[in-house]
Parts: sequence; C-alpha cells; structure tokens
Amino acid sequence: MNFAVVTFPGSNCDNDLYYAVKDALGENCTMVSSNEDSLDKYNVILIPGGFSFGDYLRSGAIANLAPIMKSIKQAANDGKIIVGICNGFQILTESNLLPGSLIKNNNMQFVSAWEKINVQNNNSVFTNQYQKEESINLPVAHGEGHYYCDQKTLKELKANKQIIFTYKDNPNGSVDDIAGITNKQGNILGMMPHPERAVEKILGSKDGLRLFQSILKSHVRS
Amino acid sequence: MLKEHMEPTPEDIKNKKLYIDMGLSEYEYDLIVNKLIHRLPNYTEIGLYSGMWSEHCSYKNSKQILKKFWSDGSRVIQGPGEGAGVLDINDNQAVVFKAESHNHPSFVEPYEGAATGVGGIIRDIFSMGAKPIASLDSLRFGNLSKPRNRFLLNQVVSGIAGYGNCIGIPTVGGEISFDDTYDGNPLVNVMCVGIMDKKDLAVGQSKGLGNSIIYVGAKTGRDGINGATFASSQFSKEEESDRSAVQVGDPFMEKLLVDACLDIIKNHSDILIGIQDMGAAGIVSSSAEMAAKANSGVNLNLDLVPKREQGMTPYEIMLSESQERMLLCVKQGHEQEVINIFNEYNLNAITIGNVNDDGKYRLSFKNKLVCDIPTNSLVDDVPEYKHPVIKPERLLNTSDDFIPKIDNSYETLLKILSQPTIASKENIYRQYDSRVQANTVLAPGSDAAVVRVRHTNKSLSMTTDCNSRYIYLDPYIGGQIAFAEAARNIVASGGKPIGITDCLNFGNPDDADSYYSMDQSVAGMSEACKLFDAPVIGGNVSLYNETDGNAIYPTPMVGMVGLIENNKNITTQDAKDADDLVYLIGNTYDDFNGSQIQKMLKHKISGRINHFSLKEEYKNQNIIHHVIKNQLVKSVHDISEGGLGVALVESLFTNNLGFSGKTKISKEQLFSETQSRFVVTVSETNQENFEKLIKDNAELIGYTTNNNQIKMQLNNGILSGDMAKLKKAWKEGLD
Repeated sequence: MNFAVVTFPGSNCDNDLYYAVKDALGENCTMVSSNEDSLDKYNVILIPGGFSFGDYLRSGAIANLAPIMKSIKQAANDGKIIVGICNGFQILTESNLLPGSLIKNNNMQFVSAWEKINVQNNNSVFTNQYQKEESINLPVAHGEGHYYCDQKTLKELKANKQIIFTYKDNPNGSVDDIAGITNKQGNILGMMPHPERAVEKILGSKDGLRLFQSILKSHVRS
Repeated sequence: MLKEHMEPTPEDIKNKKLYIDMGLSEYEYDLIVNKLIHRLPNYTEIGLYSGMWSEHCSYKNSKQILKKFWSDGSRVIQGPGEGAGVLDINDNQAVVFKAESHNHPSFVEPYEGAATGVGGIIRDIFSMGAKPIASLDSLRFGNLSKPRNRFLLNQVVSGIAGYGNCIGIPTVGGEISFDDTYDGNPLVNVMCVGIMDKKDLAVGQSKGLGNSIIYVGAKTGRDGINGATFASSQFSKEEESDRSAVQVGDPFMEKLLVDACLDIIKNHSDILIGIQDMGAAGIVSSSAEMAAKANSGVNLNLDLVPKREQGMTPYEIMLSESQERMLLCVKQGHEQEVINIFNEYNLNAITIGNVNDDGKYRLSFKNKLVCDIPTNSLVDDVPEYKHPVIKPERLLNTSDDFIPKIDNSYETLLKILSQPTIASKENIYRQYDSRVQANTVLAPGSDAAVVRVRHTNKSLSMTTDCNSRYIYLDPYIGGQIAFAEAARNIVASGGKPIGITDCLNFGNPDDADSYYSMDQSVAGMSEACKLFDAPVIGGNVSLYNETDGNAIYPTPMVGMVGLIENNKNITTQDAKDADDLVYLIGNTYDDFNGSQIQKMLKHKISGRINHFSLKEEYKNQNIIHHVIKNQLVKSVHDISEGGLGVALVESLFTNNLGFSGKTKISKEQLFSETQSRFVVTVSETNQENFEKLIKDNAELIGYTTNNNQIKMQLNNGILSGDMAKLKKAWKEGLD
C-alpha cells in the first residue's frame, strides 16, 4: 500500500509520520512536496503536523493555497483516504474538506501532554482496530486545537457518526470534547492528537499504531 | 541611530573618546591605533572592534579562566572553539551540543529575548552539520511575589515555546529556580543537542583565494545593533533605552534554514568550504572568524547585503544581530548551485564577497572602501585580561552551621513542596512540545530527559543543572557539586555522562568576588569533569549580570549529555508498584547550609559546604549504574534540593503510591541536602541480589504502599500524613 506524506514548508511532523508508516506499519511511504501537483500514485494521503508557512495569517490558511491542495481535493472527491493530524487537521478545515474550524486553546497557551482519547466510533476506516469506546493514550501538542463548529454542524456530525475521537479531559475547550472527526463520506479524518508519536512501546504508547493498521485493514477489505 | 552623513570622523572618535561608549577602553583604542592598524580607525572600523572585542565575542576577561577547563577525553571530536562541541557516540555517529545565555535581552524584552536565544543556539548546532534533536533550558528568576518576575517567567516560557514548538525541535527538559538574587537579572540559558554522522562534520572557515562568501536567510535590519556590546555591560535603571538592542525571531525562517543547510552540508560537501551562523556581532563576527580561522581575509560588498530597511550605514549592516542568517564559503564557480538549493527551500541567498589572500578585512559600500584592517586583528589580537584571584572576605569568615528546628516534619514537608523552586513545573513544561520528532522517551518531569537515537538501540540522556547557592557559599566545591548533580541526573536515567557544556553566568569581572567565584567554580567543575571523563566541549560566558551594582549569585550552569548504550537501561524516577522496597543510597549528614530549608526558614543562606567528596559521589554513581545495568531497580531518583523528604514523595506522586518505613536519620535530616544520594525502589524478588551488590552503601528505609499515606519513623520523631495533600501542594506551588 502506498502512503504519501505531504510536506509543506514549516511542516515538522512529516518525518515522524514517515517513520510511523515505514518502520512501525511496514508499508511504502513517500514524502511529497506541497509544490507538486499530483497524488495519483498514492492510496493514502497524510497531512502532517507542524507550522505550515509559519502559521502566518492563520494556521493552515496559506497552506490551503499551495499547489498540492488541488490534488488533495481531487483525491478527496475520488474517495481516497486522507488523514490530517494537528496542523493537517487545521489545513483540512481551512480548505473546507472538513467542517468547523480550530481556534486558540481556551487558556491561550500551547498544550503538550498525554491525553486519554475515547474512540467514539470504531466503524470508520480509521478505527476498525479499536474497541468501541476504548480509551487510548495519545499525545497532543497544539496552541490552536479548540475545535469549534455551530450547533447545526454539530448535530450533523453526531447524526452521521462523524465524531471519531473525543478527549476524556478536554485540554483546549473543544466543542463536545471533540478530538477528531471525519467528513460525511467517511474517507477524510482530521484529528488533533498525534497517533504517529505513539507507535512504539519506547515512546510511551503503541495506541496510535492501530489507526494506521485500521487503514491498512480497510484497504485490504475493499 | 546615526545617519551616514552624521557619522563622527576618526578625529572625533579619538578626541571625544567615542569608543568608550562603545565598550572599548582607552588602552584598547590605543592598541588598535598604534599596534594594529597604524592610523585612526573610522566609525565603521571602531564599531567592528567594539563588537568583536566585547566580552560576549572575545572572552577577553574570561579566557584565562576558560583555559582551565578540561576538554580532552577519548570521545572528543571537536572541543571548544567551533560553533559547538562534538563527541563520538559510536556507530560512526556523533552528538553535538552547546548552551548559550540570553540573559540581557530576556530582561528587556522577555518573549523575543528568550525566543531568539533558542534560535541562536539551534544555528550553532546545525551549522556543525548536525540535526537538532532536543532543546533544554535553565532559567532563574527573582521572587514570584513580584509581578514583574511573574511577567518575565510567563513571557520567557512563551518565547521558548513559541520558537521551539514551531521549528519542531522538542524541548525535552530543563530546570527553573527562583531567588531574590535574580531580581534584576533573570537568567535564560538554552541548550541544544544534535546528532550527526561523523562524516558530515562541517566547520566555520573561509579559505581559498577567490572562493565566494554567500549570505542566506533573513534580511538585515536595524535590530540588535551591537547587541554583543550591550550584553557585555551592566544594567542600570535606564535600561529601557536599550530596547532596540533586542532582536526579533522568526522560527519559520529558521526551520527552512535548518533543512536547507543540512541538505548542503550532507549532499554538497565537495563545494562547501565552511559555514557559520551570524550570531552575536552579526556579519562581522561570522565573516571575520571564518577567515581568521584559516588565516585568510575577505572582501565584502555591503551594497549586496539584503537589507530590510533603507539608509542603513556600514556600521549598522555589520553589527546588526538580525536573526535567521547564515554565512557560507563556497568554491568559486559553484555559487549558483548553492543559491538554487536555497531557492528550492524558499530562501534567498546571494554572493556578497570573496576570500582574498592578503589577510585583510575589506568592506566596500557605495563604491567606497569603508574598512581595511587586518582580519586577525578583530579575532586574534584581542587583549586578554588577567584579574587577581583573591578570596573575598565573606568566604574567609563564614558563619556557624545552620540546623533547622523542626516541630512537625509533615507540615514542614508540605511547606517546602510548595516553594516555587521545589514545586512541580508541569504548568511550564506543558507549554513545550516535548515529543515532536517522535524520539522522546523521558520528557520534562524526569531527572534527566532521554531521547532515543532512531534505528539504534541507544539513547542520549540530557540535563541542565546548577545550584548557585552552593557556588555562592563555596565556589570550588559548589562547582564540583554543579557537575555532580547533573551527573546524578544522567546516571539515574540509566546513562553515563560523556561531556558537558556550560553557561558561566556571573557579575562584573572587575569585582573581585565575581572573578574569584568564576575562577574557583570553573576549577571545581573541571576537576569533576576529569574524574568522570566528561570533558567540557563548549559553552558561553555571560558576565555583568548585575543591576545597579547588585550581582547575581555566581551561576555556572552545567548542560550535560550522557550515553545510554542499551535502551533496556532507561530508568525513570517514579516508583512503579506497591510493596516495592525503598532504599536510600549514600550517607546523610547535617547539611543545611545553602539548603532549601535554610532559605525557607531563614530567608537567606549562609555557612560552609561541609560534606562533599567527589570520590564518594563517583562511587555512588557507579553503584547506581551497576544496579541499573543488572536490572535490579525499578526506579531511581536523585536527591537534591529539599533532601530525602522531597525526593521520596516526588517518586511516589506519579503513581499515587504511599510509603511506610523506618530510618536512622532525624526529622531534621529529612531536609538535609547531603550530596551523592539516591532513592531507589526494588522489587522483593530482587532484594537479595540487590543487597549483595550494594553491600553497606544503602539503607532499606521501607516499602511502597497503595494507601496514599506516608509514614516514616525517624530517629527522633515521625513523618506521617496524607500523600494527596502533599501532591496538591507540590502541584500548585507555582500557581
């Protein structure tokens, strides 16, 4: 299976994702510059965390204008699997591939900590290797991770089971403790916690690995 | 700022002694005129000397002392003198690390001062060819009851977080303490650690007639002009007018620089002659140092330097400390190749000059030669000052030993845990991304941070430490203790110290007390380095840490790196389970002089440092290393500020455990800070093997429980109470 990690200037979790896929999952992985304009060769597109374009203007706002975004949107329409983590999630909401937006944490401070994450929906292509309502350990590291959406959107997210992950102890003020959501079609996931930092025992948790294994499993099934 | 047409003439500079305000003495000015250039220097030239001859760049007041540092050892690939030191860590890999202070800028503009401190030290690491893998800090502030100190703390922490998080280098550890002595002079020391393949080692040099000097990165602006001189002077109440001397950082630009420069160093070493960052004293320090190192000279055309502002004078261009700039020396004919690579990373690069063969440092500006002086006069001809080493009066007549009076040891423990210096720093390190790069094994909150080396079975352990109260009371022994405490952190995590960097934070070197403290603490540290085979491979000096004549406690911060040869040896400070045995390693005496309990009860420190033996320290650390290697311990925590009481409960907090036991020490000694001690937990099944190995070097003081109570029978009383209350006091101490 071919994974792509899209690297924007200022991405800083791109290598971590690459190693998670290559070493821990054992699948093919390629770094693709945000200046390129095709993602045809890849089955799964990963958008890493970091500070794309220095988070200038607004996190994700400038990245949304990068050449690669056209192919990401195309891949989204084609039903390819797309995962945006942290800044990647911000880019996905900024480009309207996911609803809502991510704003400054409630206490206005960056938060870096292990969080207990509840798997709300284990029927998604991203979570089929987790138990329903399983509590997993993943690190978060963000200054703008407060997920915000209006009531109408929230209702839809709930009705369509798009809320995949929630925080046990909300670290940022997110609406309904939301930590990760999918689009309505279920092929795009955005999440603030970092599964790629939890793929080996030595790093403190392997709970993130099953997210990548879920994707692999879904692909094999389909 | 002075406009070009208003620049003083060489005669004005001489007659009005304008060089004095630039930090040069009459003696130094005469030396330049009579011995080095044999004419009167113009404004640009005297500006270059003032920057290059500042303490910050030249170490003219500290060189005599720095020579005492031991910097040999089998692992040393590069000792002091380059951007950062380099040590062999086997497998054809090397670790590169260095610490730097940004005290003065952080006092004036704490967010940017701290942020650019991080940026500066990162450039030192990747300019050697190493990928930065971790940062640590060492911070000192005055009492938090003053709003100004609280403001400084919050802003400095935000600045470190803002820069480190964005650039994607995990801030994995550090230490903070608070004392009135830092009231007008906070200390902001930052350390960066990098890893490289030995073959990728780069150097800061320019040589080879006609080879090109390439400038890359941010444009040059009027920020931080002659900041090196600013950092080498004392503060007064008028410090507000110095605000323009602080630089502004852009971590996004630096991220691009890291990636691009490492690409060039790794993949284009055939055309790269040298690379160095533009740190203190900006373009002049990097270009002059690179040329002087190879006994060559350079011609630079200042019209070509990318500028952010109009009308900048040569003085301003050369001494600007704008951030995120690098200087490269590249083989003639290959300039475009290098520029193209930078462009791919969205960076602007341009050739601004070339290497000459007559050793001159020549600057042209608007078709005029504005500087023509020997390059090595800027770097190698700086006078060195030897100050007399005189033991100050206060150290000749020390006061009596302090013994605290403790009525209720539980209440005292509760109080000491809530002291900001002792309390949990979680509120601070929660703001640092400590896990980016996905190699962090032990993050902040541990004795030492541990970062694994990907694709190997080894890790690096790292820590910063310095108890300045001990240095103040006894600079020589205090220096040894600063090293020993850092080493104890490394050993507790499962590593062996392999080298140190330092930031020597002191007051005015013309003051006998300051100079004596620096001389003796360095001697003490160096002695320890030798015994532990952990050389000093670099660092920096920050003098003049005084405001209106009040100097800080001498604070020679130690930044130490250790090697964990096998990841199975990584050990944490947290007791893991109930019913494990708890041992105290090392003897406990009445060591209260300079302790946290003395500070808490008496609001000042006094007395001598009584029981410290480097040999004993070495022995106990080896014991710990041995029991870890033999997998006999479940946790190891070093004992430092606050003594056994604090160390024991700290190790119980994470897993909400309790303790029950009995010890020979007194309720007062619960707070003694005798050095060379550890508290460890051992499972019952390992008791026999552990005790066989450790012989009479440990005292079994009890066992862990799951009832969340602490109960310890002491030789003259009992420590008894609720653990949850202790944890709450410790957690909320910084609020």
